[in-house]
This record gives sequence, C-alpha cells and structure tokens, in this order.
Amino acid sequence: MAAPLLQTQDLSMHFGGVRAVRHVDFSLAEGELRCLIGPNGAGKSTFFKMLTGQLEPTHGQVLFRGQDISHAHAHDIARLGIGIKTQVPSVFDGLSVRENIWLAASRIHSGEKARRVVDEMLERMGLTAAAERPVGQLAHGQRQWVELGLVLATDPELILLDEPAAGMTHEEVNKTAELVREINRTKALIVVEHDMQFIRMIAKQVTVFNQGSVLVEDTVENIMRNPQVRDIYLGKQAAA
Amino acid sequence: MNARALNLLGLGLVGVIGIAFLVLVPRLFELDVVLELTVYMIMAILALSLALIWGYGGILCFGQSAFFGLGAYTYAIAMFNIGESTIPLLLAIVLPAAFAALLGYFMFYGRISDVYLGVITLTVTLILFNSVNSTAGPEFRIGSARLGGFNGIPGIPPLNFPGNKGSPIDLEGMFSLATASLLLTYFGLRLLLASRFGRIIVGIRENERRAELLGYDPRAYKLATFTIGGALAGFAGCLFANWGNFVSPTIFGLAQSAQIIIWVIVGGRGTLIGPIVGCIGIQWLTTALGANQPSGGSDWWAKIFANAPLIFGIILIAFVLLVPKGLVPTLGDLGQWLLSSRGKRAKTRLQPKRVEEG
Repeated sequence: MAAPLLQTQDLSMHFGGVRAVRHVDFSLAEGELRCLIGPNGAGKSTFFKMLTGQLEPTHGQVLFRGQDISHAHAHDIARLGIGIKTQVPSVFDGLSVRENIWLAASRIHSGEKARRVVDEMLERMGLTAAAERPVGQLAHGQRQWVELGLVLATDPELILLDEPAAGMTHEEVNKTAELVREINRTKALIVVEHDMQFIRMIAKQVTVFNQGSVLVEDTVENIMRNPQVRDIYLGKQAAA
Repeated sequence: MNARALNLLGLGLVGVIGIAFLVLVPRLFELDVVLELTVYMIMAILALSLALIWGYGGILCFGQSAFFGLGAYTYAIAMFNIGESTIPLLLAIVLPAAFAALLGYFMFYGRISDVYLGVITLTVTLILFNSVNSTAGPEFRIGSARLGGFNGIPGIPPLNFPGNKGSPIDLEGMFSLATASLLLTYFGLRLLLASRFGRIIVGIRENERRAELLGYDPRAYKLATFTIGGALAGFAGCLFANWGNFVSPTIFGLAQSAQIIIWVIVGGRGTLIGPIVGCIGIQWLTTALGANQPSGGSDWWAKIFANAPLIFGIILIAFVLLVPKGLVPTLGDLGQWLLSSRGKRAKTRLQPKRVEEG
C-alpha cells in the first residue's frame, strides 16, 4: 500500500482533566474521501484543530506525507497544503466576497493570475452575482460557500470540512454534496457531518468518533447497520 | 459612478487641496498662522501613523507617543553631536522603527492579546516619560547633548538642506516641508494599503485566524505594520523637535498618547483622511481654547472652556457614544444614505463596507 497522505499516531488532547481526544490512530490515503461522524463532544472538531495547528496535541503525532506537523504553526501547515472550512464559517466579514477569495488566491498567485483564479472561483461557487457584497451580509449557506471558495483558492492537497452542510436548505445540501464529489476527483477530503443523508450522498469510508477515540471504521453501508453506532447516536450508552 | 472612480476622485481632490494649501498658505497668512499650521501638519503625520497600525492593522497601540518622542529626542541628541541634519533625520526614523520592531517582536511573537497590547504600549511610553524626566542632572549626557530631564532640551538646531550645514531651513521652509511630508505620507500609505501587503493586513484585522489558516503569518505582517508606524511617528517627532527647537519629556506623557487616540477616534478608524481631519480639528480647538484663558475673572463658563482636558473628555465621550465610527465614515454613510434615498436604494445597499477608502 502507498504511503498515507495523513496519519496520526496515538494522538491525544487533554484540557485539564478532560481528555477530548484519546490515542487516535488515523490514516488517510492520497485522494481519499473520508467522513467523520460521532455525537457532539466526541472530539471531531478538536481532532481537526490538531491537524491544522490550531491546537498543539498533548501527545502523539500528526504526519502529513511523512512530515511531523504536530507542533507546526497553523500558517506553516496551511502552506504545506492542508485547508480547513471551520464549523462556524470563518471568513473576512467586513470585506467583499471578491476580496475574500482574492486574499486566499494571492497566497499562491500574484497579479493577473490571482484575479483570474478569483473570477473562476466565484463562478464555480455561484457567487459571481454577489461578488461585490460584504460577506457579513450574506445568508448562512452562501457564507459557507465563500469559505469553501477561500479554502479551494489556496489549492490545498487535503481539505477538511467541518459540518459543511449545517444550516443549509435541501437544495443547498445537494449542491454541496455535488461540490464535495467534484473536489474529490483531485483532492483528498475529511468531512465531519451529522446529516446522515449528506453522508450517504458522498461517503465511501466512514470513521466514527465516540468520547474522544475511534469507535469503528467501515464502509458507509456497514456503519449504517452497526448497532453500536446506532446506540451512541440514540444515547443508550450514556443512559447505561 | 462606481467605487473606483469615486476613489480616484477623492485622491485627486486631496492632492489638489494639499498642493493649493502648500502654495497659498505662506502667501496669504502671517507668520504666526503659518507656524501654527506647521504643527498641525506634523501632528497629522503622527495621526496617520496610528491610523495605519490601529485603523488598518487592528493593533491598538496606546503608546504611539513613545515613537514620536524617541524621534524627537534622537534628532535633538544627534544634532548636538553631529551638527549636520541629514544623519540625525535618518536616525530619528530608524531608531524609533528599530525600537518598534523590537517591542513588536516580543508582543506579536509572544502572542500578547489585544488588550494587553494596549496596556504594554501605554506602559512603555510612561516608562520613557519617567526615565527621561529624571535625567536633569549634568551627568546625564550623550556626547555633547545634555538630556535635561524635566527641563527638556532647548535650542535644538533646525534641519538644514542636505549636506549643507550653512543653510538651515527657515520657518516658511519648515511649513512647506511639513505639508509636503504629510502629503507624501498620505499618498504613500494609500499606495501601501492598495498593495498586496496592505490588503493582507486588513484581512488579518478582519479575521486573524482565517488569515493564518490560509497560510499567512499574522505575526510577521503585524510586526511590519507596527514598525512602519513607529518609523512614521519618529519622523513626525523629528519635525516636531525642529518646529519648536525644543523637546521635553511631556512628549511621552499620558496627555500626548491619549490625544493621538482621540484624533483617530474622532476622525474615524479605517480611513486615512479621518485621523488627519480629527487631528487638525482637535489641535485647532486646543489653540482656540488656550487663547481664551480667563484673566482672573470669576466667570465660571470661561473657566470651563479654558479647561482643555475637560472639553476633550466630553468630545471623546460624545464621539464614542454618538458617532462611534468617527466623523469621516459617518459622513460617508450619510452621503450614501442620501444617494440611496434618491431612488437608488437597492443598488447602494449592496455596496460593501468601504474600509479601503479615505
């Protein structure tokens, strides 16, 4: 088997006495699309923050193409090629949609090329009509796409999406799923999502987080049938 | 008219007004007015230095006066030792910039939060105030310059034409220099803010975490911005030491550092023209209030109006509560509102917040 794109070894994050992520060994192949699911507080977002340098792991390692990035700065990790769409859209609210995308594109392109990439990205995200509006004025779904556009404009190798379909209308969810599949033709992705319908639309392999560790990893069909997974979502374990 | 055309029109207008001002004032006014206007120009450069780092860089520096004072003192001390003004002028820019870079390095790379940044910068300027204030004895000298402690340094030699020690710049020349410097600073900053660097620092102000996740190192950008601000403030300090031929520790004091913040708040953050307007307005008010000193009468209204800090306090509170965006952005909004109420409502509503202008 080829070397994984991303690998974590015994990755853990403790906040005081709270062990948010515990001994996670995770591996993602080049070009893979993986879904992460799990109840609230399972440690998915904390896991993402460690992958992107927003949190420094208490112990364990994150390897990106064999390089240890567990203690690297967020901006250095971004430059290596990991992009993230955060749970609450993190965009430049006071600036126009165009300026937002430009700020991302100009990390890797300059001058005319950057402007062309911005125009293409606006077109691709369906944001051309809203290009001159401040992002802060847009509806939630559109802000999500602005953020996705930002991330894609930096042309990362691995894209992390934290609840990309949250708060979207049915149509928007469909469009996002289509977009995710399109991105996956050339890039690897990890997607955190609660919306099972969305997961079904995009997923092949699914990893289930529970109480900070990996509960099970399997194909989407098997996960859906897995009684243990059903239990944690319905909260039987918490009640027991 | 689109935003770009408006932008260019604004730039042209500032240029025309600036050059007219530069040419006409010495011809139309007496020397005392020219002198007064010179200090306004110098202070406006200082206002621009904070407009850059706070208004665009999002760095609340409560001690911009530290760099201003360092520039003034550096010029004075170097001038007494060297006698020809080219190197003292350069030192008065480089030294405050280096100091800003060092201070900024510890603050930004140490990940000091915004509030503490304000506290630290204010503390730094007050430490400088106290340190310089207590250097009155004759043993405190740097080369042939006596620091003079609370008495300050009098009789600072004026700038001369570069390389020509024998031809000092006269008072009208000083006015031209200060005005031209202000115009150059303004247009230079406009260029800077339109550049890739300028747009990125505004992005960092808007959302530092996002900028970081895109691969920009906010620490480096903030440090560069802070250093440029320090250099500009130092340059203004050099001109100020020239203007009065005098510098004293009050230049580092609380009143001075607070005043710079008030200029920017009143004029408007996120614009360049705003802090210039705020600075000149407040400076003019200071002069006007100072001229009305009561001559021992018992008219308490006169006494209140002669109490400049009280008046500034009231102005500051009024602006923070009633015009929080500052004069220029509020006037801009008003203009847009007037335009939109003339039937273009839907169109102008869609305009983004115009942080790049002014």
